[in-house]
Amino acid sequence: MYTDKVMDHFANPRNMGEIENADGVGEVGNAKCGDIMKMFLKIENGVITDCKFKTYGCASAIATSSIATEMIKGHKIEEAVALSNKAVVEALGGLPAHKIHCSVLAEQAIKAALADYYQKQGIDPEPILGKQCSGDCHSCECH
Amino acid sequence: MARQVYADNSATTCISAPVLEAMLPVLKETYGNPSSLYSLGDRAKEVIESAREKVAAALGATPQEIYFTSGGSEADNWAIRMTAAAALKKGKNEIISTAFEHHAVLHTLEHLKEQGFKIILLPVYENGIVKPQDLENAITDKTAVVSIMYANNEIGTIQPIKELGAICRTHGVPFHTDAVQAVGNLEINVEEQNIDMLSLSAHKFHGPKGVGALYVKKGLRVSPLIFGGAQEKGKRAGTENTAGIAGLGAAIELATKDIPKKQKYLKAISDRVIEGALKIEKSRLNGDREKRLCGNVNLCFEGIEGESLLLMLDAAGVQASSGSACTSGSLDPSHVLLAIGLKHEVAHGSLRLSFSDVNTIEDADYILEVLPPIVKRLREMSPLWDRIKMEEKEKK
Repeated sequence: MYTDKVMDHFANPRNMGEIENADGVGEVGNAKCGDIMKMFLKIENGVITDCKFKTYGCASAIATSSIATEMIKGHKIEEAVALSNKAVVEALGGLPAHKIHCSVLAEQAIKAALADYYQKQGIDPEPILGKQCSGDCHSCECH
Repeated sequence: MARQVYADNSATTCISAPVLEAMLPVLKETYGNPSSLYSLGDRAKEVIESAREKVAAALGATPQEIYFTSGGSEADNWAIRMTAAAALKKGKNEIISTAFEHHAVLHTLEHLKEQGFKIILLPVYENGIVKPQDLENAITDKTAVVSIMYANNEIGTIQPIKELGAICRTHGVPFHTDAVQAVGNLEINVEEQNIDMLSLSAHKFHGPKGVGALYVKKGLRVSPLIFGGAQEKGKRAGTENTAGIAGLGAAIELATKDIPKKQKYLKAISDRVIEGALKIEKSRLNGDREKRLCGNVNLCFEGIEGESLLLMLDAAGVQASSGSACTSGSLDPSHVLLAIGLKHEVAHGSLRLSFSDVNTIEDADYILEVLPPIVKRLREMSPLWDRIKMEEKEKK
């Protein structure tokens, strides 16, 4: 069902854990739907110097969060803002159709952490990041 | 390679050596069409009739009451649809079942609902067992058929079939039971247990896939679901799956030979797993502790999700199943776990281990060796687990 890449990131997740005094923390999903992703960002001079995640969910939820942290760590904020769920799916070598929503969650979790960062800076995140995940999976078009 | 433990016997079982031996000569040599007049056809017919006798003997029925099908799903569809259609002619348009039936029953009922039937699903309570009084209260002179499973496929709970059947008898309503999980695990006697129709499937008790049977009590009118031939007394068309039927006959004979012995054997394995697994904090056993299939263990671990758990167990050599939404391919977890009142977030963390007589007590020990560290690892990753622990702290 899953690619080797997905299974690798699931079995050996990268950057799993928390960052104390993170500059941005974001959480998306909910327990009722079976997925929660939490992202922690350390940002210095416009660069994401560290990124960690914690995920409750299926193998693809764990794998998408793991690879997403790799894709933004060491990169500029603008690149993290631009990270799409499609890029996450591609990096994993594909996901089954009914698991695409996991990649959307990964994108949304990073955006939520960035929004938290911007808010702490006194900047309105919505013009930069757009609408945030409502947390209601049943309302999401990604299903 | 890690030890391999197949613990998903409620999904399907391996075919046993004697069953395969019974099938191979039929596949190789007895290939004649059972409907043909020449001797090769006759021999195939004999194979089928011999298997019919074995199935009948296992259920306490007569061979004339056994109809071979493609499996449990067809038998369920057939039993409910034919009785519903017959009853509708008499103005009866209500069907009583339960909220935690197999989808072969529930989806048939949804189809009949679209055709105008009123469907009443009885509650199954936290222990996963139907109360006969609820059936007594629900049954009316409009009831067309009652269908209640013998033992649940996910949580293994055993229903009071004899009492439920007796209520149906009193009211003159046909009583069907999906006994796919029960045959070979529980002692069944259709006569003593007031059963009018019973579905079974060979691959659940070391027989082949793609073959099952429907028992229909003599006197109940049987109308076909599948048209097109004179097979099965004109009630089920299609050239018979001779080798499969031979396999079903051999498998049911073996599976029902000494059920108490098998129950004792399986209970020792399950009990060890249950006792060991419940030592993990925030875990629970789903379904009644006693009135359950001896080989069924269904657990929930809070703070983790079932699919992750299954894949990590698979990497450790243990094959099992889960009722999480991810494994069902939908947003909602198992309808069975929701029917016994579990919250979504608890049901997502479910694990079903189901054993057969090819498992050993060492399998139980191995599961208990690999399971706790996997649960621990997934909880370490889980923000939900952090929340559960924090809420617990706040309560204190």
